[in-house]
Amino acid sequence: MPDSLTILAIVLMALVTYATRAGGLWLASRLNLSERAEAWLEQLPGAILVSLVAPAVLTSGIPGALAALAVVMVALRTGSLPAAMVTGVATIVVLRSFL
Amino acid sequence: MDVADRESVVTFTLAGILSGARRCLPIAISGFAIGLVFGTLAGQANLSVAEATLMSALVFSGAAQFVVLGLWDSPVPVAAVVFATLVIGLRHLLMGAALAPHFTKLPRLKAFGSVFFMADENWALTMSEFDKGRRDGAFLLGGGLVMYVSWTVSTFVGGTLGGALEDPARWGLDFAFTAVFLALVTGMWKGRSDLLPWTVAAVVAVAAHHWLPGQWYILLGGLAGSLAGLARRGA
Repeated sequence: MPDSLTILAIVLMALVTYATRAGGLWLASRLNLSERAEAWLEQLPGAILVSLVAPAVLTSGIPGALAALAVVMVALRTGSLPAAMVTGVATIVVLRSFL
Repeated sequence: MDVADRESVVTFTLAGILSGARRCLPIAISGFAIGLVFGTLAGQANLSVAEATLMSALVFSGAAQFVVLGLWDSPVPVAAVVFATLVIGLRHLLMGAALAPHFTKLPRLKAFGSVFFMADENWALTMSEFDKGRRDGAFLLGGGLVMYVSWTVSTFVGGTLGGALEDPARWGLDFAFTAVFLALVTGMWKGRSDLLPWTVAAVVAVAAHHWLPGQWYILLGGLAGSLAGLARRGA
């Protein structure tokens, strides 16, 4: 028998999460965006991705740094996402067992 | 219709859904392993398999779900759980804003239905598609759907089997998503004009990750980097 407080917490989590997923799009679609705001939005994806990656690489130590280098090289060479992913995972597993 | 207008048209096709699903499949497979871990830990936090699976199906946010497991207690601290979820979700506001120039050109139901399935990974792939001039909004939905199925099913399997995969770091799976983001951002590099905003984003994110709890670092790094890029353009 599911606990009612648990269900309440899950439903509220779902509502809050959807609100954040829809909120940015909703706000930006209601405002009449200036050229400057559009230029800002153009800068966002790269900045968010770098922010996601930088601490993760830094906290993975030397294996993380070397695996990151390998991923960037494969991405530049092949442009293939699966290849880059497999390279990253394989490199870090091997390096972690040595370093 | 002149060329510039045609270029800015955003479509929403079955082909887009399939393409998003295919491109996100390797990510969804790695996500399956993470979902197994979530299902296992949820069981240890005294959530039933049904409750954990319901959470994955309704919330669909690995980051939020792992964090609230650490808060889970009996009785459930509802306010703390919801507040933590909100804080972790704030990065979605920025991601949604970045989608806006394209997604405001779609019918509202398609745009606001698709963003339910917006996770970091399929959002990043979608932005990289738009960056390359391929403008099909359904790409986000297609990628989100395979990740959604993988996440929900793996939560159920992990909860049922228990302890199937206790330590994803042993298999390097903790690095799989980092590798994906890194490959995508490599493809987005346009040249030296990106150097300043990306450096600012990295420095602020690393500092925030070190000194602030939770996931503020994504929001703060994203804001600082993009504003630095804007200031540079304006100068």
